[in-house]
Amino acid sequence: MKTPDQNNKKSLAEAPPSGSGGGIGIILYGAGNIFSLTAALERLGIPYGFINSEEDFDKYDRYIIPGVGHAGAAMNKLKATGLVPAIKALKKPTLGICVGMQLLTSYSEEGDSNLLDIIPVKTLRFADSAEHKVPHTGWNRVYPEKENPLFENIPSGSHFYFVHSYFIEYDKAYTLLAADYGNQFSASIWLDNFYGVQFHPEKSGEFGETLLTNFSKI
Amino acid sequence: MLAKRIIPCLDVKDGRTVKGVNFVDLRDAGDPVELAWNYSNQGADELVFLDITATVERRKTMVELVKAVARQINIPFTIGGGINEIADADALLIAGADKISINSAAVRNPKLIDELAAAFGVQFVVIAVDTRSIGDKNVVHLNGGRLPTERQTLEWILEAESRGAGEILLTSMDHDGTKGGFDNGLLKIVNDAVHIPVIASGGAGKVEHFVDVFEKTNVDAALAASVFHYGEILIPDLKRTLQGNKIEVRI
Repeated sequence: MKTPDQNNKKSLAEAPPSGSGGGIGIILYGAGNIFSLTAALERLGIPYGFINSEEDFDKYDRYIIPGVGHAGAAMNKLKATGLVPAIKALKKPTLGICVGMQLLTSYSEEGDSNLLDIIPVKTLRFADSAEHKVPHTGWNRVYPEKENPLFENIPSGSHFYFVHSYFIEYDKAYTLLAADYGNQFSASIWLDNFYGVQFHPEKSGEFGETLLTNFSKI
Repeated sequence: MLAKRIIPCLDVKDGRTVKGVNFVDLRDAGDPVELAWNYSNQGADELVFLDITATVERRKTMVELVKAVARQINIPFTIGGGINEIADADALLIAGADKISINSAAVRNPKLIDELAAAFGVQFVVIAVDTRSIGDKNVVHLNGGRLPTERQTLEWILEAESRGAGEILLTSMDHDGTKGGFDNGLLKIVNDAVHIPVIASGGAGKVEHFVDVFEKTNVDAALAASVFHYGEILIPDLKRTLQGNKIEVRI
């Protein structure tokens, strides 16, 4: 991480998203605030722009599906954009973050919702207990289950920042990173070009930034 | 296993940090962003900014602060101070704040908690509670501990939880500034009674106090200001000691 450059703050603030190709297309569908994510991409010098319609997909080499809040409500908003068929047909690397990751699964107990069903696993609610408060909030360790460039230069057992009440079940076939909170769950899932992370890489210190940089090179 | 969090708290007025800071390598100790960056580099898990600006321009200066922090800092942060309505919270969320902290406004209008939780989710809503003992009772206080209310502390915290608080920041005004340790008795009672994370605040003076608060109360996080600002406790040393005491921390 570089020291914050006092003179550079203004230019960072005013730097327009590249949008001119080669970078990351962030899929906009009205679910959550993305200021911290775009700020992280700017700090890392990763070009990005926004996807509002189907034509925008061709402008980028990879995509991020952001999202916070209620998975069922997020799915309804995503459907309303008309982008669902295009998302399901994507062949370029695509990363879902937090609820954006949950959208990749088949189903969520949150609102008894059917989701994109790109990766055939389920999103379930954590059992509330004195030892394991819900939402699962804070820094937890993640452990790779498979070799993958997304996790390059990040040691096994590194901490990432989580805030969520629903988790994606552990599945030997699709779990890329496992974590434990009362039960084992998927901190990250992977199938072909689709990746999901339950934690917030943009809030997870240096390793979170490493992960975003890794994704920009996949 | 979830790590116990260490949280430095920065008081900010008109966009500048107000408490003295003793870091030798700071170019500008009054710049909250540079200070925050320094803490994040030392291994702080999260930051709390308490804005004590008292002018009509307050919301604007808070939004500017939050944007500046979100641009430069890669760990979560909470902003508190003078948030009275949904529009305040909305502006801070859009500017990049991870959580907001509400104190007096929630006591005066408890329904604000329900509204904020419904609008932004419980994870966004931290309820800060300043408590002081009066006789054998723990009583919620306002105005930095100067103004007692009718509310008993545990009862108010349980109400806040049921209304949609996502986290409790509990400051013991009896312990605050004493450097004699956290109020472990009350913190244990509160932590055992709620199902949301509790942040301990008030009384940190040395590393052992952090070991004590985690071992004796099992709270989720501990917050302090001056011991960090004056360099009396360095976060890397603190975390190594916690780890040596088998307390899970992020290093």
